[in-house]
Amino acid sequence: MNPFQYSKPDSVQSAIHLVGPASRFIAGGTNLLDLMKENLTRPEHLIDITGLPLREVTATAKGGLMIGALVSNADLAWHPLIEQRYPLLSQAILAGASPQLRNMASTGGNLLQRTRCYYFYDANVPCNKREPGSGCPARNGLNRIHAILGASEQCVATHPSDMCVALAALEAVVHVHGRDGARTIEFADFHRLPGDSAERDNHLAHDELITAIELPAIGFAEHSHYLKIRDRASYAFALVSVAAALEMTGPVIREARLVLGGVAHKPWRDKTVEGWLVGKVASREAFSTAADALLKDAQPLEHNAFKVKLAHRAIVRALSDAALGGQA
Amino acid sequence: MSATTLDAAPSLFTRHSLHLTLNGQARELEVLPWTTLLDLLREQLDLIGTKKGCDHGQCGACTVLLNGKRVNACLTLAVMCQGAELTTVEGLAEGDELHPMQQAFIKHDAFQCGYCTPGQICSAVGLANEGRAQTSGQIQELMSGNLCRCGAYSNIRDAIEEALPACRQRNGQGGGQ
Repeated sequence: MNPFQYSKPDSVQSAIHLVGPASRFIAGGTNLLDLMKENLTRPEHLIDITGLPLREVTATAKGGLMIGALVSNADLAWHPLIEQRYPLLSQAILAGASPQLRNMASTGGNLLQRTRCYYFYDANVPCNKREPGSGCPARNGLNRIHAILGASEQCVATHPSDMCVALAALEAVVHVHGRDGARTIEFADFHRLPGDSAERDNHLAHDELITAIELPAIGFAEHSHYLKIRDRASYAFALVSVAAALEMTGPVIREARLVLGGVAHKPWRDKTVEGWLVGKVASREAFSTAADALLKDAQPLEHNAFKVKLAHRAIVRALSDAALGGQA
Repeated sequence: MSATTLDAAPSLFTRHSLHLTLNGQARELEVLPWTTLLDLLREQLDLIGTKKGCDHGQCGACTVLLNGKRVNACLTLAVMCQGAELTTVEGLAEGDELHPMQQAFIKHDAFQCGYCTPGQICSAVGLANEGRAQTSGQIQELMSGNLCRCGAYSNIRDAIEEALPACRQRNGQGGGQ
């Protein structure tokens, strides 16, 4: 790890004012310190934000919840209100990482974790995400874990988070503070596709700090399911994951949310497909048609064509489980 | 605000004072910002029970209890543990009396080479503190952050399952760990 200066501010304002060109905020550190040990990032100044008052989960006037950015992944997954009202989020968080990492990792930091693309993680090879313009060895290399949707010539990396797949399905809102004040970002607009600037994972400015994640009132507690498919039973990143959430009247779907993880540079959501499901009777046929539509533009690489079929089956299963009550 | 800010323009190699309670004892230490908790324990304090396996948070050999919660010491900066209560495998026993989890590991032969064992035991005590694992399957899932290259998993799981009631009782009596 490279030497760096260390500061621990006690307010959001002072944290933002400490930001310099080579500074980084640190909370859980589970991804940042790992990247620093690999010499993939070399910040000159770490701003420790764990002293900021961002650890509360509070009710909002709109009937939702405001989750402080420093709430740990474990505390969030096991928070009574999350378990009762947003079980999809609990399931997604508990499907990710290990118990130790979930105790350390923060809610805000989860959004900012970098891809686990092997080539991004190897400082000895080119990577457009790490060094813009250097090339992408993954596109024609070992790309079994890579994207099948929304990739670009520059980058075929996937976003590694499980939590974010559920937050996208729940239409969470990201609250951030920067030098120019506070703003909110709809979850769908937070992460970005690689396009021709693969180095940018999201739309957060360098001087901006995530302070909270807001959940809307509707939590799909009756009919939701997070399904994660991976190479081993636990503690592995998703090959494909599905956040499925339905509002139903009897067998009829009144509202649908369907988001894929492990297949793109950001949680993959298609509102047209969700809209198509509304008014349909829950059935394997309907879910299969939705899966066809969601995957129709999939462009698999040499080693990950299996992900298209896997995603199709996972979508049908997750939606079926959600329709049945989510606990299957 | 810490004494070290950009405004104060300190030397990069300024040591930061660190106060923590380590295995029940108050300690006043000085650390460089980039020293991990794992390196502090092993290199500065000679507490070598906590092991360095992968050094990337993947194997769990460095698991310690920070304010009662299990964390990977390799991905924790020591300087960020200001005021914390830290328990390592050296701090689990009370005098000559082993922690129930340690006793259960011995009884069930829950190790072969022993390298992952301190992390397994600290992780298992953290699991007991969380109170979320009731079944054997849940123990297995909630121990997924600790790898054992010898493959003693089934004995580890059995040891934890047996020790959980004693741990619960200990926690209920205010033992804290």
